[in-house]
Amino acid sequence: MLTATAILIDGLIEASYLFLVALGLTLIFGVMKILNVAHGSFYAFGAYASATAIGWWFASGFPDYGSFALMFAIAIGLGIIFGLLLEVGLLKRMYGKDEVIIVLVTFASFLMLEDVIIWIWGGNAYFAFEPYSLLGDIQFGTLFYSNYDLALIGLAVALAAGTWLLLNRTAKGRLLLAVIHDTEMAAAFGINVKRYFTVTFIIGATLGCLGGAVMAPKISVAPGIGVEVIVLAFAIVVIGGMGSIWGAIIGALVVGLARAAAVHLLPEVELFVIYAVMTLVLIFRPEGLFMRQKARKI
Amino acid sequence: MSPAFRSNLLQIGLPVILALGLFMPDWAIFLGIISLAKGLVVLGLMLLWRTGLVSFGQGLFYGAGAYMVGILPQYLPITDALLLVLISAVAAGFLAFALGFLLRRYREIFFAMLCLAFSMIFFGILVKSESLGSTDGFNVVETSYLGFVPEEPIVMQRMLYITAAVVAWFACLFVNRYLGSTMGRLSRAIKDNELRVEYLGFSAKRAVHFKIVIAGTMAGAGGALAAIAIGHVDPEMVWWIQSGEFVFVTILSGVGNVIAPLLGSVVFEILRTFAIEYAPQAWQFVVGGCLLAVIMFLPGGLWSLIERSKEGKDDGNSSR
Amino acid sequence: MTAILRAESLYKSFGAVNAADNINITIDEGEVIGVIGANGAGKTTFVNMVTGYLAPTSGKLFFYDRDITGFNPKDATEIGICRSFQIPQLFSSGTTFDNLMIAMGIAEEGTMPFWKPLATDERAKRCEEILARYEILEYRDQIAQTLSQGVRKLLDIAMASVHNPKMLMLDEPTSGVTAAEKFSIMDIVVTALKQQDVTILFVEHDMEIISRYATRVLAFYDGRIIADAKPEDALADEQVRQFVIGETVHAPVAG
Repeated sequence: MLTATAILIDGLIEASYLFLVALGLTLIFGVMKILNVAHGSFYAFGAYASATAIGWWFASGFPDYGSFALMFAIAIGLGIIFGLLLEVGLLKRMYGKDEVIIVLVTFASFLMLEDVIIWIWGGNAYFAFEPYSLLGDIQFGTLFYSNYDLALIGLAVALAAGTWLLLNRTAKGRLLLAVIHDTEMAAAFGINVKRYFTVTFIIGATLGCLGGAVMAPKISVAPGIGVEVIVLAFAIVVIGGMGSIWGAIIGALVVGLARAAAVHLLPEVELFVIYAVMTLVLIFRPEGLFMRQKARKI
Repeated sequence: MSPAFRSNLLQIGLPVILALGLFMPDWAIFLGIISLAKGLVVLGLMLLWRTGLVSFGQGLFYGAGAYMVGILPQYLPITDALLLVLISAVAAGFLAFALGFLLRRYREIFFAMLCLAFSMIFFGILVKSESLGSTDGFNVVETSYLGFVPEEPIVMQRMLYITAAVVAWFACLFVNRYLGSTMGRLSRAIKDNELRVEYLGFSAKRAVHFKIVIAGTMAGAGGALAAIAIGHVDPEMVWWIQSGEFVFVTILSGVGNVIAPLLGSVVFEILRTFAIEYAPQAWQFVVGGCLLAVIMFLPGGLWSLIERSKEGKDDGNSSR
Repeated sequence: MTAILRAESLYKSFGAVNAADNINITIDEGEVIGVIGANGAGKTTFVNMVTGYLAPTSGKLFFYDRDITGFNPKDATEIGICRSFQIPQLFSSGTTFDNLMIAMGIAEEGTMPFWKPLATDERAKRCEEILARYEILEYRDQIAQTLSQGVRKLLDIAMASVHNPKMLMLDEPTSGVTAAEKFSIMDIVVTALKQQDVTILFVEHDMEIISRYATRVLAFYDGRIIADAKPEDALADEQVRQFVIGETVHAPVAG
């Protein structure tokens, strides 16, 4: 019972940050049909920048709780920079090429950004635990959890709800749904698809950076964190269905819970189990758990 | 590229790379072996690419071949390099054959993702397997060459180079022959219009499956050669970054000719050697930059440069 | 006369729409069947079911008394049911010659033709003969993507014809070409196919073409066959005049 509770809570925590990253990835795929490998770098940049800034914030004696706002500010700032740099500067020239070619373009960007991170931050690990300890702990029976972790779950829920409201309750959101559903048709109806692409990419990148920024106080920020997270995010997006926002929630929950269960019960299969689930989904529901298959007319 | 030129290139190919092996300076031998080994993987990816398929998990078969070389001598008294490479290649081929039943059903991004998933499963198993050295991997036993065990490491390396050259040459001959066959010519046709292939009475899935097996077998051979050359295997050989590198070299090389992957692989390894020497912190940046540059300015890869320079003398019967 | 194709109580529904509603039909060897009907009447659905692209919701299909219900396109092609398409299905990046050579290679080689070269002189020669028979030899080295609609149609049919079909189903062989071209395309196709022992079924909107080339007409309406007769009788049929001809005058394009 204790283990079950631990698995559930650990799984939810894991799922929340993965959801932040995967939401950005799936949004970009849904709208632009781009599987963005560089999303892993967004996460890493968010984490590094956040760790550095938090260190500076606390060293300068600014109000402690302001550090939370700082993380969001960093994520948005970086999201805009990456959006402009990658989407406007690079990907715009690539539209119309094969999907896999564009994946390679983002893979190239990823490789370059990995080195840029090393140039800026070097090879050492960064820690920024202050915001983490700031919120204190909470006890469930004999288990202790950090309130920060629970706040992460809250953030993920809030973002999911916010996305739902944005897409279903605002005019712009509905137009975005139209773009996701059929880009060509949306363009034919006069929607400025290109602007939606840019905005989507910036929002997606911001979410990726935010994932890193809020994880920075929890982890040691070291080279390679982006590489790890991007394959996990791929797995989530594939499990839920590429481009499906509700799929991202389910995918993140599946991966988060599966991973937590493996860690508690059978650590040997931790990585294996995620990709096994991904494989099973691809085999039995190749369009993901939440997408419909398309037929071809002849 | 005229067929005649192509087959000439292949016929003189083996003596040339063998001669290179004899006269190459010592430091270049290792680079040569690795280029040939990875060139074999890229040759397989080229076949898939011609049908529009990109495997983001070819490290799976590369790693499978490598780990075969590591594991096999522990159980069987086999140390002959060529034999080890052949057995590992066949083993990787069987793995590809088995997984092929699933992979052949997928195209585009789904194919890439399923390849990635399979390779990451293998990666996940390897890093958690204590008996296989987890993330550190383990050392490979010394190999022999037709019963001969060279004492000096450099002689050993030259013997291995010759082995690699022979394997790569046979692979090129086979692939060249295959590309001219009905199934080989179907490569592009399947990309163009799979439905029509079915309606002409051929299973596109079967054609893709065949490619997966060939590519997997060659990747296994490449992995085995690399494992012997390095003397060590570890899970990084299976990792998605390694798979991505293979895809990169495929794009860099171009898919116009069976020689292209080997040449591209050599260029890539030279580039890597210099980059690590002079700018170790910028290696990935250089690779990424080259990949972007090739995609934007040289969609046919390096081979298209050679083809362009030949165009004047050519009969215009360009390779497809 | 031997029955080549038999459909028994064939149904196909897409949601609430019945694209095939109890179709019972027997086609004999050597017939030239013209299929008419308004858009959405179920003509292409019928062709799709016979050639294995769609599985019927219920009912059975027999080819020389062999049950072929649920066959896929490849299996259907292998036993001798070939087809052409309303929108020609070509290998767009290959030349006319390449397209037909690949079709011939598949038809003539075994199940794993990975070794023998496709392009032999002998096969190239026969390929050119076929191109000549379909009067498209002059486009031999043109990339398929750039061919005109009429040439595409002919190439599409030529490709369908090399697998030695017993039955060839042509889905609107003359759609999308000028009125002047229609008859010449049909002439070329019918002449070329005369050298092969093949039963033909073609979907057509043009009643003049139907009456000139078909030996028997099937009129589809709402998933049902409302007339099955000789051309002159079918075209005089009141229901056909009302439901088929009346509409096709206004909407001759693809359905």
